[in-house]
Amino acid sequence: LLRSSQPLTGPNRRRCREDEQLLGTILDEGQRGFIIDTRSAQAAKQARMSGGGTEPKSCYPHWRRMHRALDRGRLLQESFIRLVEACSDPSLSMDRWLARLDGSRWLSHVKAALSTACLAAQCLDREHSSVLVHGAEGTDTTLLVTALAQLILDPSCRTLEGFQGLLEREWIQAGHPFHARCARSASAHARGKQEAPLFLLFLDCVWQLSRQFPLSLEFGEQLLLTLFDNAYASAYGTFLCNSERERSLCKVKESTHSLWAWLNQPEEKHKYLNPLYSPNPLVIWPSVEPQSIQLWQGLFLRWIRPSQHLDEAWAEIQRVVEGN
Amino acid sequence: MEHIRMPKVENVRLLDRLSSRRAVVGTLYLTATHVIFVENGSETRKETWVLHSQISSIEKQATTATGCPLLIRCKNFQVIQLVIPQERDCHDVYISLIRLARPVKYEELYCFSFNPKLGKEEREQGWKLVDLNEEYNRMGVPNNYWQISDVNRDYGVCDSYPTEVYVPKSATAHIIVGSSKFRSRRRFPALSYYCKGNNASICRSSQPLSGFSARCLEDEQMLQAIRKANPGSDFIYVVDTRPKLNAMANRAAGKGYENEDNYSNIKFQFIGIENIHVMRNSLQKMLEVCELKSPSMSDFLWGLENSGWLKHIKAIMDAGIFIAKAVAEEGVSVLVHCSDGWDRTAQVCSVASLLLDPYYRTMKGFMVLIEKDWVSFGHKFNHRYGNLDGDPKEISPVIDQFIECVWQLMEQFPCAFEFNERFLIHIQHHIYSCQFGNFLCNSQKERRELKIRERTYSLWAHLWKNRADYLNPVYRSDHSQTQGTLHPQIAPCNFLYKFWSGMYNRFEKGLHPRQSVTDYLMAVKEETQQLEEELEVLQERLANLQKSQSGDNKVKSKQQDRSEQFGLYTSSNSLANTPQEYSKDLKSFPSWSPSQGDEDSALILTQDNLKSSDPDLSANSDQESGVEDLSCRSPSGGGCLPSEDSGKDSDEAVFLAG
Repeated sequence: LLRSSQPLTGPNRRRCREDEQLLGTILDEGQRGFIIDTRSAQAAKQARMSGGGTEPKSCYPHWRRMHRALDRGRLLQESFIRLVEACSDPSLSMDRWLARLDGSRWLSHVKAALSTACLAAQCLDREHSSVLVHGAEGTDTTLLVTALAQLILDPSCRTLEGFQGLLEREWIQAGHPFHARCARSASAHARGKQEAPLFLLFLDCVWQLSRQFPLSLEFGEQLLLTLFDNAYASAYGTFLCNSERERSLCKVKESTHSLWAWLNQPEEKHKYLNPLYSPNPLVIWPSVEPQSIQLWQGLFLRWIRPSQHLDEAWAEIQRVVEGN
Repeated sequence: MEHIRMPKVENVRLLDRLSSRRAVVGTLYLTATHVIFVENGSETRKETWVLHSQISSIEKQATTATGCPLLIRCKNFQVIQLVIPQERDCHDVYISLIRLARPVKYEELYCFSFNPKLGKEEREQGWKLVDLNEEYNRMGVPNNYWQISDVNRDYGVCDSYPTEVYVPKSATAHIIVGSSKFRSRRRFPALSYYCKGNNASICRSSQPLSGFSARCLEDEQMLQAIRKANPGSDFIYVVDTRPKLNAMANRAAGKGYENEDNYSNIKFQFIGIENIHVMRNSLQKMLEVCELKSPSMSDFLWGLENSGWLKHIKAIMDAGIFIAKAVAEEGVSVLVHCSDGWDRTAQVCSVASLLLDPYYRTMKGFMVLIEKDWVSFGHKFNHRYGNLDGDPKEISPVIDQFIECVWQLMEQFPCAFEFNERFLIHIQHHIYSCQFGNFLCNSQKERRELKIRERTYSLWAHLWKNRADYLNPVYRSDHSQTQGTLHPQIAPCNFLYKFWSGMYNRFEKGLHPRQSVTDYLMAVKEETQQLEEELEVLQERLANLQKSQSGDNKVKSKQQDRSEQFGLYTSSNSLANTPQEYSKDLKSFPSWSPSQGDEDSALILTQDNLKSSDPDLSANSDQESGVEDLSCRSPSGGGCLPSEDSGKDSDEAVFLAG
């Protein structure tokens, strides 16, 4: 599984031998690879006008390109804002709730993200083919797809430790611009240009996986909520800045504490573990039918819905498991 | 058997609803009670059994090159798509099924031939499991305020009521009879639930025949009697569960609702729940959404909203909450009615009782609740659920809605119910299956005439026998959630009502969470219990041995061996599955040539690839996919759910995605 940003083909259909060679060496003799472009074919074509573009078929003969348009940026932020508004609207009658939920399109984004990740996973697991994922910049939807695909495929990513490693690798070190993306969240009136809840979308997809495979993730919802909180505002330096370079310039490692260090302390750790966890060596294929994708109430209705009875249920589950 | 033109057809294909490419070939059999599809060739010879009673509709579709498609829709929401090679055969099957699915006599129903091989005594005992007299006693009646009346002992007053009803002490036979003449279908006000703690009660009836201005002294006295039976309050609520417009329209037909001017000390309240026709259409629309092939999120959400289904569920729940509040918090008695007092009234009374009394949240209590408010009070099971061929306008998912309300509550209060989702699903299944005699006919009178108890078996006994499968692992009778009244949130609460895919997409295993938390926790609990028992035994033995002071090395090693035997139960590893078709563009299955199609087409899914992650069914703890449960296969065998156990397993989770 590879990731990158878009090739700078441009309007004149430039070629780059080194790039072609690089992709060529990845494939074995007679093998075929897949490129998943997270932009629509239209958008990818238009990108050529501003210097970007797609891999021309003739130059990358063993790679088959597929487009899976995933929304990012402004569109995703608007979606997030509409959802939060629908959830906190007290006057909303039963008649209109589902329409508003659908109008936000958030669940459609979840469905699309999971489908694309599954597609990538399927290429790897079923086709035994390599996959290259990229969008435009390679810092948003690309990371969403590669991180989710790994969760689906690799049981070690589903452990608490493995998941942290996945986040470090696929989001933090890969250069997702947290500082720009997670500035103001959904309630802020000033809608920053760079703001977009990609990381939240990722966490939502992880939550969907945990709902469909409640025994297969070593961590629980609490971890996902904590990560969401810390991405936006944190006492720790883990999600600061926009890239490793910036973090190095700001001397983040020298002047702040790591979220992981705190989470992994024995007295903290147990809060984030899933009592139902049972290591599952198989690939977990989620269903992306609409009935299978649900609103993440624990996050979006966190302060609206009373959680007492559900918390009690979890405590009971813990009790049953610990009793054993 | 005379209705079966074609008892056996070979080379029939059973299509997977979601992936029309994935078909199994087998033989179709028609028996007097079931349609059976047996897969060819595969080692497991998987069978799909469908009871004729479950068949809701059969659609013969246009013949294609591959054969003649037949679509069977079931009342338990199973949808079976068959393709029969010869058009003639298909027609014969179609005609046979049409007749078989529409019995004209009760004797044609499965319950009269079903034989679980229990002795006569056991059958009787099964019927005695739920005893309503015991239940009323448990509630605390008869007492100073309430008495049993046998005025209806020969069904002379009301033929849809039971022979024994509970009425206020001050309601004489004269008052009861007078009131019954002023009520639609003669369904006079009778006790449904009595709250020991504060003497408030829930009574139920049908609408009064008040028209625009008619009055009836006895009926007014009846309501007074109900009020007087609760000294703690000086008025009662009268709740009409219809929309105001409908109730008013009824006045023109000489019926209507209670006028506050005529009935002293009542507070009248409309709680608009729509009628059976609206509900039937609502379900229809929702099922259409479920049948969409690879719907987008929007298709689904819009379709669901358009059906209005969840809105109706909420309306029923709100009514139940209102009544429960009136009884528990205000200590005021409530008289509930709709038009005829056997649909919405039943729903609302039973929801309210469930909220009020934790007993009804236990397994036994729930059976009692259904027996009381649905069976004994004359809910028209035959008409509503089509035991026999009848007027399609009478069909309506009334009890389904009640069962869904219970499920919605279970989702909000996971620790409060002794039973689990499977219990509800199986009950719904059997209401339509007519495998047991509990839900036949339209009234107690009809059931007694048919001698149901002597000729059929009770579902309750069957469920009770298998109760280990229906337990909720996080239920604890001493938990705070299980005590007292449940208080569901009233607002904001739109999001609290979820689509119940476990029921409406029941047979599409790929849609549901692939791992059952319930089953896992039950297994853990069982194991814990076994370990604890074992520990006790060993401790005893150790104590004995220590007394006699023999070498304890042997004892220690025995302990270790035992605990190794009871290794931690892991059911989850085998619950994998095959990926869906995550790409719209998959053109052919099973093989796909890379040179075909354009860049956007996706993947090769070959049979070999799929086999590599076949679920290991033998280690799967989920009962529903247990293909090897052979005891359910024959009509004379154990009475479980053949069509479910041999239905689709998680292997077939290959379907199109948007």
